[in-house]
Amino acid sequence: MELFNGPWPWYIGGPLIGLMVPLLLYVGNKQLGVSSSLRHFCAACIPAKIPFFDYNWKDYVWNLVFVLGIGLGGYLTLLIGPNDYAIGISEATISDLRLLGISDFSGMVPDQIFNISMMSNSSGWFFMVFGGILIGFGTRYADGCTSGHTIMGLSNLQLSSLVATIGFFIGGLAMTHIILPLIF
Amino acid sequence: MKNIKYLLLGTVFGFILTKTEVISWFRIQEMFRFQSFHMYGVIGSALVMGVVSLQIMKKLNMHASSGGEIKIEGKDLNYGTAIGGLIFGLGWAITGACPGPIFALIGNGHLAFIVVLLSAIGGTWLYGALKEKLPH
Repeated sequence: MELFNGPWPWYIGGPLIGLMVPLLLYVGNKQLGVSSSLRHFCAACIPAKIPFFDYNWKDYVWNLVFVLGIGLGGYLTLLIGPNDYAIGISEATISDLRLLGISDFSGMVPDQIFNISMMSNSSGWFFMVFGGILIGFGTRYADGCTSGHTIMGLSNLQLSSLVATIGFFIGGLAMTHIILPLIF
Repeated sequence: MKNIKYLLLGTVFGFILTKTEVISWFRIQEMFRFQSFHMYGVIGSALVMGVVSLQIMKKLNMHASSGGEIKIEGKDLNYGTAIGGLIFGLGWAITGACPGPIFALIGNGHLAFIVVLLSAIGGTWLYGALKEKLPH
C-alpha cells in the first residue's frame, strides 16, 4: 500500500500516463485529448451562432465524461491520503519562488495565490482569470494541449505536435524567466 | 451507459496526474526553471510508452474492442500551431496547470481552479469568435 499513500516517482506515473494513449484507442478508437472538451462545452452551452461551435457536440460526450472522470480521480486521491503535504521540489526552486513572494509551500498549489478570496486582488485576476483565458485561447488556436499534442501527437510522431510542444515550452520559459519577474 | 468506460479511464488518468504531482504549480515552476528531472522524466517516459505502444498496435494491425480499425487523425500544422502554442505556454506557466490538471485540481479540492476553468472556457469561446480574423 506504500504506493497508494505517498506521491509517485516519475518512472511510475510517466509510463502510466503514456498507457492512456493505447487504452483510449483500444477501448473506443478515441484519441487522448482534454482541451477539446472546453470547445464541446461552448458548443453545448454558449454557441452564440459562432460557426466554430456549430457542430453536433453530442458526438463528443465521451470527452466530456472523460474530463469529469479526471476530476473524480483528483477527488479519489483525497480518500486514500492527505494532499496538504509539501511537494518535494528542489531547494533552488524554493529560494527562487521566495523571491516572487511565495512563503507557503504546503499543498499542491500555493494557497496564497490560488484562493477565491484573491479575486479582490489584481494578482488573483492575473493568475486565475488571465492565465485561464490564455490556456483556453491558446490550446484551441494550437488545436491541442499537453495531452493532445505532447503526449498523443508526439506518440504518433506528428510534426505539428512537435511545433506545438516547442511553442508550449518557449511560452512557459518566457513567462517564468522574463514576464513573472517583471511583474512580481 | 456506453460512456461509462471513459468515466473510468478519465478517473484513472486524474488519479495518476494527481499522484505524480503533475497538477502541482510548484512542479511546473520547477520544470520551467530546469531545477529537477521529475517533470521531464514524467513526460519523457510517457512518450516512450506512447510511441512504443502505438508502433506495436500498428505492427499487429490491432482493432479497437468496439470493432473497427484503429485510426489516428493527424493535426494540421499552420501558424496557429506555433502562435497558439506560445499563448498556451504563457498560461501554463501562470496557472501551473494544463487542461487535464485543471479538472484534477478541482476534484482535489482546489476550488479556485473553478475560476481558472471558467476563464479557460471563456478563452476558448473568444478564440471561436475571433477565429476568422486570426492568422492560421
